[in-house]
Amino acid sequence: MSIARFWRETPRRYNLGGSKCSTCATVYFPPRAVCPECTSHRQSIEKMIPFQLSGEGEVLSYTVVHEPAEGFEMQVPYVLALVQTREGPVLTGQVVDISPEEVRIGLKVHATFRKLREEGKAGVIHYGYKFAPTEEPESHPAPRGPAAVARTDELPARDRAPA
Amino acid sequence: MREVAVLGVGQTKFGELWDRSFREIGIEAGLQALVDAKLSSAELDGLFLGNMASGTLINQEHIAPLILDYAGLARRHLSSVRIEGGGASGSLALHQGYLAVASGLYDYVVVGGAEKLTDVPDAEATQITSSTADHEWEAVFGATLPALWALVARRHMHLYGTTREQLAQVAVHDHLMGSKNPNAHFRNKLSLEQVLGAGPIAEPLGVLDCAPFSDGAAAVVLGPLETARRHTDTPIRLAASQVACDSMALQHRKEITTLEATSAAAHRAFQQAHRTPQDVRVAEIHDAYTISALVSLEDLGFVEKGRAGPEFANGQFSGGGPLTVNPSGGLKAQGRPFGAVGVAQAVEIVRQLRGEAKDRQVSGASLGLTHDVGGTGATVVVHLLERAN
Repeated sequence: MSIARFWRETPRRYNLGGSKCSTCATVYFPPRAVCPECTSHRQSIEKMIPFQLSGEGEVLSYTVVHEPAEGFEMQVPYVLALVQTREGPVLTGQVVDISPEEVRIGLKVHATFRKLREEGKAGVIHYGYKFAPTEEPESHPAPRGPAAVARTDELPARDRAPA
Repeated sequence: MREVAVLGVGQTKFGELWDRSFREIGIEAGLQALVDAKLSSAELDGLFLGNMASGTLINQEHIAPLILDYAGLARRHLSSVRIEGGGASGSLALHQGYLAVASGLYDYVVVGGAEKLTDVPDAEATQITSSTADHEWEAVFGATLPALWALVARRHMHLYGTTREQLAQVAVHDHLMGSKNPNAHFRNKLSLEQVLGAGPIAEPLGVLDCAPFSDGAAAVVLGPLETARRHTDTPIRLAASQVACDSMALQHRKEITTLEATSAAAHRAFQQAHRTPQDVRVAEIHDAYTISALVSLEDLGFVEKGRAGPEFANGQFSGGGPLTVNPSGGLKAQGRPFGAVGVAQAVEIVRQLRGEAKDRQVSGASLGLTHDVGGTGATVVVHLLERAN
């Protein structure tokens, strides 16, 4: 993927910039040019205003992925979830800083800025949102699964995701 | 609008066809259908070809004239058009062929579907097929097609109490059906324990909850119903052909355990044919993942929302009941050559309605349904087919 293709989405992927319909107040992420909910669909054109999500939400559904998407080979198994945000939009993203068996539907999470994937040894490194629990998991107090820690340690320093 | 009939059908074996090229399988299915329809190619007006991803799978775009050429029809300069709608490409092509004949502009057309998935490694096929979901807001964050369906599965289990065993039962059913289909990718039977014990892909879905990557092609010949008896003793009427779309990404749907595009396409199809779900005796439905089959049965109106798990597990769709599902083995056992799937579904239903399905014949099959899904349900196509009397 070209650098521009990822770079142009940084306001959304780094800062959760969405949009809001100034007529019916429905919030969208990623931003939309027209409001699908609005009864006066055509009237919403050019009336969508920027709106930033808080990143707070809860897990609507989740899966533990063992056969990864391209660029995620080093991260398996990883938790992928649909997160229902406080403001309304549902986002697709990984749930981190928790062991997969502790994730459940309804878990309160918040968005956190992380490394998503890299395009091989010489390619672009993609950053964006993942989700971390905002409440202590019920069973174990340790916030990180042992597998996640081991994987991070194995990576050279330059490839580690920013904290 | 004219009434449209299926006059001939053809299909290659599905599977890992390493010795055969994309164009070879495409031509084989098309020629079979022409012979079956007793149609001279001089009568043909055009080709409609369903194909999802030839550009990335075999580095070849612009395949419609290529297939026309190798079918020996380039000298006649017929129209040949490729149609893409993810995994629903084949039945979208069928819809376009239907529109062409129904409109009266064309009389006879071949609708084909073909895909060659095993010329790339599995990991690459996963990436390519996952691009039928939203690349920018799903795949970039680590989603694959099975992972997205796993999200549907987990939510369905949470809301309706669907169990892991009920999901697995779909794969057991499909392989039992596929064991009787000589064209099937897999003809081995599976036990519940085998499905449950298979390695995980995206929990709760394991390897045996997911349809395989297959090569294959299928084709049908369509023509006006009024002249159909010149070509066949058992014309099959296309009683309804409907397409419905929804948001591309699962995250933008109102409720992820319902494919609203399925409900919409099915509703329109039953309206068009003046029929109800209770009239359907045989159905080929989308079962690319075991959860897809359950959700499909609900959204097509065959069972109440949330009830597909227990009702499927009690065997009522496996033969002997009012409705038999996926006698071909479905995508899980017959195989999943993406762009060919929808056409192959129609081929199976035509064989069932003609009474030519041999070991897997559903008795009393008079009205059949096909249901084809692209991505996680952004494009859905439903067809109703019936014996013309």
